[in-house]
Amino acid sequence: MSTTNPTHDLACTALSKSFGSVQAVDNVSFDIPPGSFFSILGPSGCGKTTLMRMIAGFENPDHGDIQIKGRSVIRIPPNKRNVKMVFQHLALFPMMNVYDNIAYGLRCVGASRKEIDQKIADVLERVALPDVAKREIHQLSGGQKQRIAIARCMVLNPDVLLLDEPLGALDLKLREAMKIELKLLQHQFNTTFVYITHDQSEALVMSDNVAVMNEGRFEQIGTPQALYHHPASAFVAGFVGDSNRWTGKVIDAGNNNVRLSCDAGFDAQSHTTDTITLSRGDNATVYVRPEHIQVDTQVNADNNNQTDATNALTGHIDSLLFNGANSRVLVRDKAGELIEADVTLTGSSHDPKPGDLVRLSWRSEQALCF
Amino acid sequence: MAGSRAKDAKKLALILLFTPFALWITLLILLPHVGMMVLSLKEKVAPRVYEYGFDNYINFAQEPIYWNTLLRTGSVSLLVTLLALLIGFPVAYYIAKIAGNRTKGALFLLCLIPLWVSDLIRAFGWILLLRETGVISSALQASGLIDTPIEFLYNDATVIMGLVYTVVLFMIVPLVSTLDGMDNEMIEAGYNLGGNGFTVLRRIIIPYAMPGIVAGCIVVFMLSAGSYLTPILLGGKNSSWFTEQIYDQFISRYNWESGAAFGFVLLVFTSLVVWLGLKLSGQTLSSTVAKS
Amino acid sequence: MKPIYSTVIACLALGAVGTASAETLRLLTWGSYAPDNLVKMFEEKYPDIDVEVTFSNNEEMIAKLRATGGAGFDLAQPSHDRIYAAQLEYDIYKPLDLSKIDTSNMEAKLLDGVKENTTIDGEVYAVPHQWGTSGLMADKSKAPELAGWGDLCDAKYKGKTSMRLKRTILLGTAFAMGEDPFAAYSDLDKYQGILDKVADKLIACKDNIKAYWKGGDDLSAMMLSGEIVASETWDSTAYKLFAENENIVFVPPSTGALAWIDTFAFPRKGKADDAAYKWINFVLQPENVKLMSASTGAMAAVKGAKDLLPDDKKAAVNAAFSDEDVQNLKFFANIPPGVEDMEGKTLEKIKAATGG
Repeated sequence: MSTTNPTHDLACTALSKSFGSVQAVDNVSFDIPPGSFFSILGPSGCGKTTLMRMIAGFENPDHGDIQIKGRSVIRIPPNKRNVKMVFQHLALFPMMNVYDNIAYGLRCVGASRKEIDQKIADVLERVALPDVAKREIHQLSGGQKQRIAIARCMVLNPDVLLLDEPLGALDLKLREAMKIELKLLQHQFNTTFVYITHDQSEALVMSDNVAVMNEGRFEQIGTPQALYHHPASAFVAGFVGDSNRWTGKVIDAGNNNVRLSCDAGFDAQSHTTDTITLSRGDNATVYVRPEHIQVDTQVNADNNNQTDATNALTGHIDSLLFNGANSRVLVRDKAGELIEADVTLTGSSHDPKPGDLVRLSWRSEQALCF
Repeated sequence: MAGSRAKDAKKLALILLFTPFALWITLLILLPHVGMMVLSLKEKVAPRVYEYGFDNYINFAQEPIYWNTLLRTGSVSLLVTLLALLIGFPVAYYIAKIAGNRTKGALFLLCLIPLWVSDLIRAFGWILLLRETGVISSALQASGLIDTPIEFLYNDATVIMGLVYTVVLFMIVPLVSTLDGMDNEMIEAGYNLGGNGFTVLRRIIIPYAMPGIVAGCIVVFMLSAGSYLTPILLGGKNSSWFTEQIYDQFISRYNWESGAAFGFVLLVFTSLVVWLGLKLSGQTLSSTVAKS
Repeated sequence: MKPIYSTVIACLALGAVGTASAETLRLLTWGSYAPDNLVKMFEEKYPDIDVEVTFSNNEEMIAKLRATGGAGFDLAQPSHDRIYAAQLEYDIYKPLDLSKIDTSNMEAKLLDGVKENTTIDGEVYAVPHQWGTSGLMADKSKAPELAGWGDLCDAKYKGKTSMRLKRTILLGTAFAMGEDPFAAYSDLDKYQGILDKVADKLIACKDNIKAYWKGGDDLSAMMLSGEIVASETWDSTAYKLFAENENIVFVPPSTGALAWIDTFAFPRKGKADDAAYKWINFVLQPENVKLMSASTGAMAAVKGAKDLLPDDKKAAVNAAFSDEDVQNLKFFANIPPGVEDMEGKTLEKIKAATGG
């Protein structure tokens, strides 16, 4: 097992857990430095909840070790671990008021009345809800419940706070606001947050580091920027952010550059990462993000030669997805597939319109092949 | 025009829905009780001559045998309620929280099976098992654990056991339904925040299940205090039950007036106990029975 | 849909035919007092009469009739001591027309006794049907010396006897103590004195009793299993057990077995009087008496009733009664108003006392 490393709040080593024939968590290792916001991002069923439940102590790993502040917690029951958890549905106790909800954990450790009063006033101040102590849970709004759930954990000074998709139940507007608020709270408490989500935007906005999980394994751990711009696997490239993708056969490869004959009927030039080795004849997929595709409306059908971009296609605009600064066009190419590309819509008459013939182009460095 | 028609239709639907309820309440609950009340205030002065007064109630108050039996019935029923809760809670918890979805249905059904046979048959079942020459005594003798047959029947413990067996289901059903509504997260949160098993039970599970507990207790207490066959058939020489007194007044002694008065005394007494229980547990009827 | 309709119509038609041509005789009687084979024979003889039977007991019969003021039934069969007071109190019966009943066959002593007991203002309200006794039962192999009511409280049978906590045992115990409770009915203060003495005796006896029996079934089970060796009993129950175990016999108590007579009486608002008279005459015919006695286990109130018993019952009766015992029978006397209450309170006192 790994050596004690007190510079990490939470460290997992070669963690595995299976339920019957299903390998829920498969040899996962990672460590989280103190005071950071760490997200585990993955589709539902990828094993992220099992991983979190093992950290909280509700499941026992088949193999591997979990260390909190350098101490293994494998044999320690959940109520003795200094890891607190904000549950998916928050799990506030409906039969207690706010004060009693927060006091519950303090009473469990035998805090004095005075101490409890003091700490509750303190933590409510910090989550900016100083006057709700006597309120019943059902009298709180969604966002307030969220903050009380966090306060209930933070009042116990946990080494690590686990959050299991707690924003899932909120409406969109509140969710956007809470993302920022959670990040601020994490800064304020300066405690390590481990945040589980299937929503990439939550993970990318809030996290210092994100682990992308799929089928029980970590595909990649990195900063949000690294994941977005330098995905290490096809899964990450496809799961994090939006991508257009074309499958095809490699016709030429070397020096991190790949030339692909796409099934859609054109050749694509792209680069690849060091970890991926592709050779002539392999099946591969090329990923291109919508914002990297340039859309030109000043073309005619014959003029199809390349300009500064290494890749180009023509097609007709199928539809326009207007969303202010994030507007997008769907272009149907000759093979009949839809391609997404970001456009800037200025409201002038030069804006692309459905039915227009357009030329799409992108540079090979901006295309990734796996 | 159309609006008023829709309104009329709605009104009619309301009346149609309300009528069976109103009929049920008036014909089957209100009228018989009013009749009983009037009857209980009559006193016989000579054959076919009656006067109104509180004599039947005064007789009850003056005869220690009557109110001793009532208190006995009440306290034994409380004990039955407590035992049913102690047995029913783990069962309900298992069904609601631990058993898988498919076993859940099967277990529920299993609990229901005793209700498929009548009270009488159930009591005879116990008699067959527990009598001196019954199954249990014989089995113990055959196994060499005892030398002489033991009579398990005809004592208060048997009555209590028989009653608990009969009523425990009525404890389990409301408990399962409240516990079922409790998110597992709540229990895990209880542990996660530092509580041990006992704390989680005492501070989270029980308070959460309180409406179910109170509802179950009320039903079980009422059923137990009002039961007739089980205490009569399983009870011993000294085990009087208040319903037996009522039956005797009505049937053996032809004293319907005093029987009616006894019936009212039982009604008031059990209501009082339930009211006290609600007060002590800080619950209300609307938050418990009406809810579950 | 169609078959259902036709069934419904058929049922309605049948019902219509039924009500048009047949009247219904509604019997309120004891279990086994209307055996299926007799009912069937009766309906064959009188095709326009349907018989409906409700089984009950003395107390419930009176309660039912009282609730309706004597409606709902056409013929009831209470015991002879449950007619006079009930009629005075609740007015639930109507007088009989003796000319419509063939009394020639009846045992004169029983007929006269019932008439005497149930005559109000010169009108007769009942005639006898079946009679039997309450007394003791003992397993001869285990309690050969049991002879009187008091022996149930004998310490040598401790935990091995039983009784029914009803008025019979009060009366039996009173006789065993040398009192005559029936004579004391006319002086209720004196009767209360007797009851108090009886209560003391029976409370002291509680320790000796295994359990109070509630019906023939639990009594039979206790006796046959050997859990008890002696008990108060109805003779018919004892006869039934005799058929299964010849050691179990009916023992007429030394002070006399208490005899009851179940009667025919007409509920005040009965509708099918003619059918009821037909039923009475029908079941009193000797060949039908035999069938009836086989079912009830009791003797009919007709001449030579013992010979009309089935053979096994006859043997049981012979094993139980000598002629002397028959002479010694004590017929239940009419219960005057108020006595039920006094007896009820005494029984409650015994039940509530902690004797053992």
